[in-house]
Amino acid sequence: MTVKRSRMDRTLMQRLGFALMSLVAMLTIIPILAVIVYIVSKGAPAISWEFLSGFPHDGMRAGGILPAIVGTLYLTLGTAVFSVPLGIAAAIYLSEYARENWLTRAIRIAIINLAGIPSVVYGLFGLGLFVLFLKFGTSILAASLTLSIMTLPVIISASEEALRAVPQSFRTVSIALGGTRWQTIRRIVLPQALPGILTGVILGLERAAGETAPILFTGAAFFLPQLPHSPLDATMALPYHLFVISTQVPEMPIQIQYGTALVLLAFVLLMNVTATVIRSRARARRQW
Amino acid sequence: MDKIVIEHLNLQYSDGTESLRDINLSIPAHAVSVLFGPAGGGKSSLLRCLNRLNDLTEVKVASGRILLDGENILDPKTDVIALRRRVGMVFARPVVLPMSMRQNLTYALELAGEKRRSRLEEAVERGLKLAALWDEVKDRLDEPAIALSGGQQQRLCLARVLAQQPEVILLDEPTSGLDPISTAKVEAALQELKKEYTLVLVPHSVQQAARTADFAAFFLQGELVEWAPGKEIFTHPQQQRTEDYVEGRFG
Repeated sequence: MTVKRSRMDRTLMQRLGFALMSLVAMLTIIPILAVIVYIVSKGAPAISWEFLSGFPHDGMRAGGILPAIVGTLYLTLGTAVFSVPLGIAAAIYLSEYARENWLTRAIRIAIINLAGIPSVVYGLFGLGLFVLFLKFGTSILAASLTLSIMTLPVIISASEEALRAVPQSFRTVSIALGGTRWQTIRRIVLPQALPGILTGVILGLERAAGETAPILFTGAAFFLPQLPHSPLDATMALPYHLFVISTQVPEMPIQIQYGTALVLLAFVLLMNVTATVIRSRARARRQW
Repeated sequence: MDKIVIEHLNLQYSDGTESLRDINLSIPAHAVSVLFGPAGGGKSSLLRCLNRLNDLTEVKVASGRILLDGENILDPKTDVIALRRRVGMVFARPVVLPMSMRQNLTYALELAGEKRRSRLEEAVERGLKLAALWDEVKDRLDEPAIALSGGQQQRLCLARVLAQQPEVILLDEPTSGLDPISTAKVEAALQELKKEYTLVLVPHSVQQAARTADFAAFFLQGELVEWAPGKEIFTHPQQQRTEDYVEGRFG
């Protein structure tokens, strides 16, 4: 009798425990839903063709946010140009060529620490190195390079993981069939790892697109009457613009602030969804 | 005629443990030579010396020579890529590359720079016919190779090696994961293939060794105990240890 009761107690405890954990798990959905619902409901009225395609006027209290949208696109592309090839190359080196020794361990520790540096520190570093020392000025180039350094660890880690996930046996077979190491990487490993790499790249770029601090001193402009013409021009950007109109401009209409937040959120969520779609499609097609 | 001559081969793992001890062996062309014995005897390590696949792992050849048509392939100056084109390998588990059957078969030739369609087509058909797979797959060559059954995949791996037209084919327990019918098909293919190729087989059982061997080498703990024509070694072994193993007294 006593045995039976204690077993019932245990099952009851287990059920209670699982119920509690699933409740907590479900609670994590609430903040993200709340943010989306709040921003959409407040910002949606501001969205119009003029808002997306026009320049701001009346001290940014009216008009559109086109220069900020275009600027964020430029910065994201600029970041991709530098960080994607470098990041993938570094990941290939770490996963396919490097032997485990003190050097690779040091590189890995550096990558982990690079990912932990606060973004405002990157901003200051970019100001010192790219803007002042290399004399790029406050520009898309300097801001993109700064964002690239910040994004690199994400891209390297995700790419290395994707490369390592490709079964070792594929490499052995390819080598046994007379393939060189590079042929094996080029024809087997990279194509198989590509969806995982792309997912990491997009998630890294997504973070760069939403950052304010790294571009604050390196490339973001308070207001520009025209779109940037060259990589050496400064640019407006969505996150910085949002910061400006939320804190620096008195008597700012609130729906423009939320409209801008909505556009930035949509931009980032779109990238996120793209990454998810790529990943799930690749998983369905995967042949191993 | 001896295709491969192994002289005083010693092999060690990087941690210092010995894998092969003073192996001397002459492998004749156009025959099935079987390397058999209990696990850990060094058969696979020896096999992987013959195409220098050991270069990839933590194994180092301490000393000795392996002559392929009179040339020492352990020489550091050996072109290992060219060597692996001449010495193909089939692994214990069928590893089809994540591409279509046709692409699996043309892979090695394309790596070698072959672009002519006719040559590639020819190699596909030739390989599949020799591996006795042609009739089963000829209408669906562009489907993913992973869709094949295990037995078919292993014959595809054999066909893939054949498509690159090697001189020697190394087989490392090629039927260990296969059902008896698929195993019989592979074994039958080997008997056909030996007319053209030099085959070195690590069998997955003594019975398979006895069924397939023209010549057989018995390996025990890194040592070559006996090397004789298959008919003799499985009926009248010279060494007591060989006899004990063949008759199942240990294993």
